[in-house]
Amino acid sequence: MAQDVPLLAGPQEVRSREQRPARTGRTVGRRLRWSWLGLLPFFAYTALFFLLPTGVVLWTAVRAGNSFTGANLAATVHGAYLTGLEHSVEVSLIDAVIAAVLGLLLAQAVLTSRHGFVHRLVASASAVLANFGGLPLAFLFVAAIGNAGVLTRALSSHLGIDLSGSFDLYSVGGVELVYLYFLVPLMVLVITPALEGLRPQWQEAALNLGATRGQYWRMVATPVLLPNVLGATALLFCSSFSAYATAQALTNGTLSLTSLQIGNALSGNVLTSSQNVAAALALDMIILVVPLTVLYLAMQRRTSRWLAQ
Amino acid sequence: MTAVVGDTALSSPPLPERTVPRGQRRRLRVGRGVVLILAVLYFFGPLAAAFWFSIDEGNGLTWHAYTNFAQAPGFGSAASLSLELAALTVVLSLLLMVPTLLLVHLRFPRVRTAVELLSLLPLVVPPIVLVVGVSTVIGWGNAGSSGSFRSQLFNQLLNSSPPPILPLEYVILVLPFVFRSLDAGLRTSNTATLVEAARNLGASWPTTVWRVVLPTLRTSLLNGSFLAFALVLGEFTMARLLQYQPFAVWLLQFGNTDGQLSVALSLLSLLLTWALLLVMTAIAGRGPRKAVV
Repeated sequence: MAQDVPLLAGPQEVRSREQRPARTGRTVGRRLRWSWLGLLPFFAYTALFFLLPTGVVLWTAVRAGNSFTGANLAATVHGAYLTGLEHSVEVSLIDAVIAAVLGLLLAQAVLTSRHGFVHRLVASASAVLANFGGLPLAFLFVAAIGNAGVLTRALSSHLGIDLSGSFDLYSVGGVELVYLYFLVPLMVLVITPALEGLRPQWQEAALNLGATRGQYWRMVATPVLLPNVLGATALLFCSSFSAYATAQALTNGTLSLTSLQIGNALSGNVLTSSQNVAAALALDMIILVVPLTVLYLAMQRRTSRWLAQ
Repeated sequence: MTAVVGDTALSSPPLPERTVPRGQRRRLRVGRGVVLILAVLYFFGPLAAAFWFSIDEGNGLTWHAYTNFAQAPGFGSAASLSLELAALTVVLSLLLMVPTLLLVHLRFPRVRTAVELLSLLPLVVPPIVLVVGVSTVIGWGNAGSSGSFRSQLFNQLLNSSPPPILPLEYVILVLPFVFRSLDAGLRTSNTATLVEAARNLGASWPTTVWRVVLPTLRTSLLNGSFLAFALVLGEFTMARLLQYQPFAVWLLQFGNTDGQLSVALSLLSLLLTWALLLVMTAIAGRGPRKAVV
């Protein structure tokens, strides 16, 4: 773009500026030539602190000593690491589907309620739980239904029900339950804009033409929302798959989940190959998570364009 | 955990009443009420149980967790480290992103896609993956002979107080949020026209930025800073795996010593974040609506 001419200037203004040589000629040329340097810090920064470490992960994952190898990756799909991957996929899949359904219901209930304060309350509580939950959530659940939790003790002393016999908070099932506590709010946050995009007029039109509400939801709303719901579910899957803090705090890293295994390989026993294993596990995670997140981001762009109309 | 903050959820007005027959409307309202009540139980049940846990002493109540947490061993240094890291991250990310996005919006609109892509990428690569790369690079840096420039540089990066490596990487983690709020602010506030007007009236660039651009972007700046600040205060993954001990890491370790105190602090940190967010929404609500992320 011919710059120093302001962005919004029409052709006429450009011409009128050209009639003032004192201002245009040299100054503009110099400005244009040097101002791109202002973009350098950003690109240098992201290259150094983001692209380099990410590239290093890919590189380390396929190296052993001084040669290339597929052994690291092969090791991550056998034995304990395979179990970890299976558990992680299971937890993420189940939680993503449950959270998507519950989050959708909650978001719709909040949107159609007429109380502004309900909106703000749920929206802000969702933002806090979905983004800043992590570690505190683990403590909340330990306090509520852990071995010495409030609910566990109340149930056993008043009703004689032994919660720890039928349910273990420190197992895969427990992690699934706790993850729901930040995944449902996350669903509320990401699906609300799409629900807002459903124009009331569409429903009115459908009802006026004789459709039932069921037909409206089945034949109008669902096709419109489906891509967004799928994109959001993909995001929930990724969020659950890559979560680390909550599970680490709950189980002290003993549960076999991929994210915990990466952490253990990094911090634990200083085998020379552990860095390569961590990188290979991380690469597994990238392979699973990146396409799904990209799907979500694409769907989100679609929604924001559509809402802007 | 991939972090996302809703766009319109914070600011949108309720939808207009839909035309639905009366009987159906009542059924809908009941259904909605049930969902909302269940949601309240679900959100606040564990919070209430945790609160009870933190004050229950078996045969009485105790408030020691809420009165004594400041004296807990290690709390002071962990909390101040977290605050320092959060402040550094906010300052650094704004210093990096404000000039970049101004340039992009005012002069290089075609670079916007590239900047957006790079800024959103940290959402795609989870922190647990990024930290593997970072620790590998640190390993390479430490491999050099001691006294060389490289090992001195890494020593500075890792062992100063606070360790610069954490805020440097945290800037990457918060990049998507800072980008989104600043970009939304710049797009909706017509900054280009305002800058043009200021320049035509003879204002210098520094004056324009200080007295026109920054005040216009106030809401976005506040928004982005808040998100960055709160995310860093709660950050656990990277700090733990690089073996530093800010608040979240300390909290987990101390949890083994005093369960009640760590539950109380977890509750306090969640409530504090929530209160800050509500205050911020209220402030933002007074400005132009669209600038809210």
